[in-house]
Amino acid sequence: MTTTGGSERSPSVALRTEALEQLLTERGLIDPKAMDAIITRYETSVGPLNGAKVVARAWTDPDYRRRLLEDGTASIKELGFSGQQGEHIVVVENTPTTHNVVVCTLCSCYPWPVLGLPPSWYKDPAYRARVVREPRTVLAEMGLTLDDDVQIIVRDSTSEVRWLVLPERPPGTERLTEEELVPLITRDAMVGVAKVATP
Amino acid sequence: MDGIADMGGTHGWGPVHPPQRDEPVFAEDWQRKAFALAILSGRAANGGINTDAFRHALERLDRAHYIDDGYFGRWLNAGELMLTERAVLAPGAVEARARNLRGEHVPEPPVTEPVRPHYAPTAEGSLRSLDAAPAFGVGQRVRARDVSVPGHTRLPGYVRGHTGVVEIIQPAHVLPDTNAHFLGENPQYVYSVWFDSYELWGAGAEPFTVTVDMYESYLEATA
Repeated sequence: MTTTGGSERSPSVALRTEALEQLLTERGLIDPKAMDAIITRYETSVGPLNGAKVVARAWTDPDYRRRLLEDGTASIKELGFSGQQGEHIVVVENTPTTHNVVVCTLCSCYPWPVLGLPPSWYKDPAYRARVVREPRTVLAEMGLTLDDDVQIIVRDSTSEVRWLVLPERPPGTERLTEEELVPLITRDAMVGVAKVATP
Repeated sequence: MDGIADMGGTHGWGPVHPPQRDEPVFAEDWQRKAFALAILSGRAANGGINTDAFRHALERLDRAHYIDDGYFGRWLNAGELMLTERAVLAPGAVEARARNLRGEHVPEPPVTEPVRPHYAPTAEGSLRSLDAAPAFGVGQRVRARDVSVPGHTRLPGYVRGHTGVVEIIQPAHVLPDTNAHFLGENPQYVYSVWFDSYELWGAGAEPFTVTVDMYESYLEATA
């Protein structure tokens, strides 16, 4: 850092953000409209509701479920969800005996088109470091205690392949429609750190 | 490279943070702009989107710029690093402007002439088609190469030298190791490889499996 007189305290990251925006805008290197479009897309248009719609369809349409597990990307695109960080999505199914949980140990890769931007716990070094070493302990700390006979499969997103978990449909929801199921399905269940609870 | 970003299996991070209900996408106002600026900075620095170059910028940040500024802070810092390396910004330009924004009066460095890489992706995104057949088959035992490279790689330290089994052959993708340095796309098949927890962490480990998605050149056949 340069010391140019005045306060020795480095400017906050918020101020540096404002500074970078000014510098790039002044020189015509960024378009404020493009900036707004990116923010709007990831703050309001794209989020875990997309993934919940995919899961609810899979729970209520056996043919869709089969196709989703065979070709995640194409089946997800059928519902209108695609784009950056979702070029190739693989969907894996959680069952009473197998539990998948997703991480990116190298950065925080995450299937944006179906889940939006990752939550803070997913980006946390403790999660990134530990879930590939002691997943059962980590899941318990996060509130999910699995039986000893459940096989855990950790999916480390080290390439451009993105992983989406198809959670188990909870008991007691047999009579619910696809639309009624959607609000039950949480982001955390689609990453594999929670189960979908019976309403 | 072996840097702070390669966190898998490392110790000392404390407990995980359980999920919060209704967590906002951006907890603080500046994070919105930092996120968008990081994406647009990549284009301004490199003349196109190169996610691998961006990740390489992230992994070269020092601990303070990687950890202490948080996720969106490190995105901003990586954007600034790429812009400075390409002379789109002069060193210290952001700091000087930020100081002036808070009322100091410091000289700002003169505008520099950008030196951008020659970057011509053959298609959008990272998926590519290959004529050659995959070198490894589903069910085959493979070993992750035990190599440490100074440049960018997506071969995590915790699997290097360890043996696993190919679970899924994924489509071919641009190779991050060369693309991050603008040295070509070199597309390769990606393999989702199963590793047993005892193989990775020893006999005292919890029983589980990890799959790691690895480019073909990260792997070698084993008996």
